[in-house]
Amino acid sequence: MASGLRILLLTGLVAATAGCSLFGRDNPPMEDAAASAPVISPEVERRSITTPKIDTEDFQITGFVGLISVEDFGSNTVYGARIAYHVSESFFLEGSYGETGDVDRSSVEVLDNIDLLGDDRKYSYYDLALGWNVLPGEVFIGKNHAFNSALYVLGGAGNTSFAGEDLFTLTFGAGYRVLATDSIALRFDVRDHLFDNDVTGEDKTTHNIEFNLGLSWFF
Amino acid sequence: MRQFILIAALVFVPLVTPAYGKTSHYEAVVAEPFIELHTGPGRGFPVFHVVDRGEQIDVVKRRTDWFQVRTKRGVEGWVKLDQMAETLDIAGRPTALDDPSADDYVGRRWEVGLQLGDLDGASVISLYGGYHFTRNLSTELRVGDISGDFSNGWIATADIVHQPFPEWRVSPYAALGTGVIHSEPQATLVQSEDRTDQVGHVGLGLRMYVSKRFMFRADYSSYLTFTSRDDNEELDQWQAGFAFFF
Repeated sequence: MASGLRILLLTGLVAATAGCSLFGRDNPPMEDAAASAPVISPEVERRSITTPKIDTEDFQITGFVGLISVEDFGSNTVYGARIAYHVSESFFLEGSYGETGDVDRSSVEVLDNIDLLGDDRKYSYYDLALGWNVLPGEVFIGKNHAFNSALYVLGGAGNTSFAGEDLFTLTFGAGYRVLATDSIALRFDVRDHLFDNDVTGEDKTTHNIEFNLGLSWFF
Repeated sequence: MRQFILIAALVFVPLVTPAYGKTSHYEAVVAEPFIELHTGPGRGFPVFHVVDRGEQIDVVKRRTDWFQVRTKRGVEGWVKLDQMAETLDIAGRPTALDDPSADDYVGRRWEVGLQLGDLDGASVISLYGGYHFTRNLSTELRVGDISGDFSNGWIATADIVHQPFPEWRVSPYAALGTGVIHSEPQATLVQSEDRTDQVGHVGLGLRMYVSKRFMFRADYSSYLTFTSRDDNEELDQWQAGFAFFF
């Protein structure tokens, strides 16, 4: 179908649905309104309901440092930040950003004394993931201390910048969080970042496994 | 583009945290025979204390559907939303709690969401924010990060969205918008020029209310790219994702 015709049809549909909604605003007929009016109108002062201002702490911000194994390019220090929104006691959404310094030289580069990446040796990524607190619980340290904890799994997607390219990336992982206080948590995360690239000459799917330690604050 | 998405995310966060910084304590009075205090804010955490009818509690904070409270004797624990909702304030009125439901969903003003999809063979990750003028009509700003086999880029559009049946749990909508698309070829290919073109699009989609502040959203859009070459380019996009309202 010609693109013009398709757009014309869809535009028509938008206009038609917009029109429908205007007609859909049905005003009740006058006689109905008169019949339902009470004979005596009691003078009741309406109470205004105000929701008390209670400090909600559904957001969690995290700074982390760790190691990432960039396939063919060695293990590299990675650091970054994450921000999570806790939708319910079980689920949260989390956005992450991480980057490395210049990645190690691959064996091909070392053996042949060549430079595959040029100036694009930095690896950085962002992703958005849905997490599930699969095993919430408590940990006990000594006889007198109990800390809330959770083991969670997450999966999402994002983008990786590496070797001068932006690469669509899938992310899967798991983590463990221990709340030191009600607002501060320590966490350990393991993530696998999967993407296709052709930096070494063949198109292949690479697994880039990362683990890191983070410190979080709930606000 | 990446920096742009990060900045956009940082701008949205303060919008959705109206309670941030307000560390006021709310005092409630137990009205049921007793309420239960759990050791943590979630399923499975054991009940370790009960507070009897008539006793006062300080509400310290809220996390999802749990409230951290402190009794007059200094015991701190977590109370679930349904039990908290049955307490009274000091004046004897029921405690009013923010518990978003389907009614709030229908009357929502602001909406923020994330979607993943496919734009003519390339992957797209997009972030959008929407404002509802009426229950039927809203406007949306959307930015997308595109990564394909041969080129990368971004797309930014402004849309008018019409939802004829806002009260349906699964509700269709139609969108009409315009914006710009930018593309740059992959570094490993023979260098050709970066391009920025204007786009116009129409779209059809579905929203589904899940629960609380959450909704699921999926849509199809047909983009027409106005290029400076002889032919205009047509692109199809499918995407799906989650959104929340406030």
